[in-house]
Amino acid sequence: MTLKRAHELPAGGIIVEAGNADAYNTGDWRTFKPEFVAENCIHCMFCWIYCPDTAVNIDTTAEKSRMIGFDYDHCKGCGICAQHCPPAAKGKAAIVMVRDEK
Amino acid sequence: MAKQEQVSLTGNEAVAYAFKQARPHVASAFPITPQTEMMHKFADFVANGEVDTEMILVESEHSAMSAAVGAAAAGARVITATSSAGFALMWEIVYVAASLRLPICMALVNRALSGNINIHCDHSDAMGGRDAGWIHLFCESAQEAYDNALMAFRIGEHPDVRLPVMINYDGFIISHTADSLRMLSADDAWKFVGPYKAAYSVLDTENPITVGPLDLTDYYFEHKVGEIEAHKRAFDVVRAVSAQYGALSGRGYDFFESYRLDDAEIAIVLMGSTAGTAKDVVDAHREKGVKAGLLKLRLFRPFPAAELAKALAGKKAVGVMDRAASFGAWGGPLFTEVRSALYGADRQPPVLNWIYGLGGRDCDLRQIDSVLERLADAARGKSGETVNLLGVRL
Amino acid sequence: MAGKMVEIRWHGRGGQGAKTAAIFLAEAVLDRGKYSQGFPEYGPERRGAPMRGYTRIADEPIRRHCGIESPDIVIILDPTLLESAAAGVTAGSRDDTVYLVNTAEQPANIRRRLGLANGKVFTVDATQIALDCFGRSIPNMPMVGALLAATQLLPLDDMKSSLSERFKSKFSQAVIDGNLAAVERAYKEMVRE
Repeated sequence: MTLKRAHELPAGGIIVEAGNADAYNTGDWRTFKPEFVAENCIHCMFCWIYCPDTAVNIDTTAEKSRMIGFDYDHCKGCGICAQHCPPAAKGKAAIVMVRDEK
Repeated sequence: MAKQEQVSLTGNEAVAYAFKQARPHVASAFPITPQTEMMHKFADFVANGEVDTEMILVESEHSAMSAAVGAAAAGARVITATSSAGFALMWEIVYVAASLRLPICMALVNRALSGNINIHCDHSDAMGGRDAGWIHLFCESAQEAYDNALMAFRIGEHPDVRLPVMINYDGFIISHTADSLRMLSADDAWKFVGPYKAAYSVLDTENPITVGPLDLTDYYFEHKVGEIEAHKRAFDVVRAVSAQYGALSGRGYDFFESYRLDDAEIAIVLMGSTAGTAKDVVDAHREKGVKAGLLKLRLFRPFPAAELAKALAGKKAVGVMDRAASFGAWGGPLFTEVRSALYGADRQPPVLNWIYGLGGRDCDLRQIDSVLERLADAARGKSGETVNLLGVRL
Repeated sequence: MAGKMVEIRWHGRGGQGAKTAAIFLAEAVLDRGKYSQGFPEYGPERRGAPMRGYTRIADEPIRRHCGIESPDIVIILDPTLLESAAAGVTAGSRDDTVYLVNTAEQPANIRRRLGLANGKVFTVDATQIALDCFGRSIPNMPMVGALLAATQLLPLDDMKSSLSERFKSKFSQAVIDGNLAAVERAYKEMVRE
């Protein structure tokens, strides 16, 4: 990544590109990655709430939002989603952490 | 030249009128002597509907500057004011205002810092903020406080500058003294200051921005380059704005005023209200045939080092008078700057220093007289202490 | 007094209006198109504490911003300050310094008490005049009236119109009328040597 020079920056150190964190891919930080097991998911949205990188994709078009998988460009593989997945406590995990074979 | 009214106002009142004429969107302030009267007067204007300003009354100076920063980030023209300990309490956010390149205009009614507690004038408050990134203007009189307060908006808001501006005037000596001055009409003042269009606004939802994000080893330094270079560009803007104001008002301003300086052999350099007293003493020495002169610095930040060195080149002795001590430093803050500017310059004169007037100690004619006597001795090659204290019982 | 700056030093006690008078005189002079400065020496601002006020008057803009060391005129609002070391009423006195003192005593007596060999001494019982005219022992405005009688710095009527104009937003008409009457009486009753 090429860092900008002083004169290429807007005055005051402000960021003028809204939502530019989207361009910053943290996905390559992973050593483990979450895998979505759709048939076990109860769509409670806990993973979506807990994810520190908003890397849980959801479908909001239905009457009730549905979990549909992960944004692997931004998922750091922290595993918090898997820790908080309620079905996992009953032995039917909807999120499983596996080694990331990039 | 514009028609002007001759009025009798204190420095605080004069600045309040200038601020009213600049029609700020927001004013935020907390009272502290000797600033209080200025914002009090301005709040009267707001309450009477004479100016359409949102007056934010806050619980501390830290909050006053924080509110000013927030409002300025939203694109507002913002004023505030403080003195001494109030300025010290603002400290953290004073830097933020400059870093975010927000052209807030602040009256800093110069007062000594504690302790012991003292309400009177010296420049220790301003000197504490000299590295904060603001433009510093210093005023000799209520007239200059008024004039500089109007020019501050044009200088700070200029696209090449975009920096906050401090209008420094001496507590009580200027702020509370009824003085004669000439004031522009509201129309002429507004034609000069004009409306402000901020470069960015946090309230512009069409063009959202992030202000003040975490800025670490990768970019912080590059962002500081922006501030450093804005100060360099400010010189031209100060000159241009001052020239335009001079044509309008008949009162010319530059980085500094040279008073009987061109052919002077000995010269005093100082800032603030003592300049007027020094002019009377310079005149008295001239009448005795002594070629004395004065350089009154108006623009302390950015510091006009090259022009100053040129104006003082070839003098036989220069005496810098500091109304602030820089504890542990070799001399006062103005002295170290002036001497540094002269080091290696063409026909570099010897430079002596006097620290005077701390905590409002009156600087009378005799004190300045003694400085000129010493400079005359130094010009004749008589040696002595470089850094001196003036008007204090030793 | 064209061409020369007049420097006036006021000595009073907190609450006697020396600050107001010092600044008012400057404003009244300004209303006549001259240049002026008026300011107090700000101290702890306690009622009864000795304090100083300063007025400068000139035909040209005034540049100096310092206390008055060597006054042309010294105005003493309280006779108990005459021998007070803290007040220092004779400090920087010159041969031609004019003294105006609020007292029922004769000028010759004041001259003796101050140890003055030269200059001029004027007196006026401003406290009694203030009590008679507006019922409060605030002698500042009658002292301004007496000052005009002693020095002709301004025409009396000009000063009275400035007083009416500049205090109308602060005081009731009754207070202003009382002060105007006091000014006039002090102007007439001022005692010369």
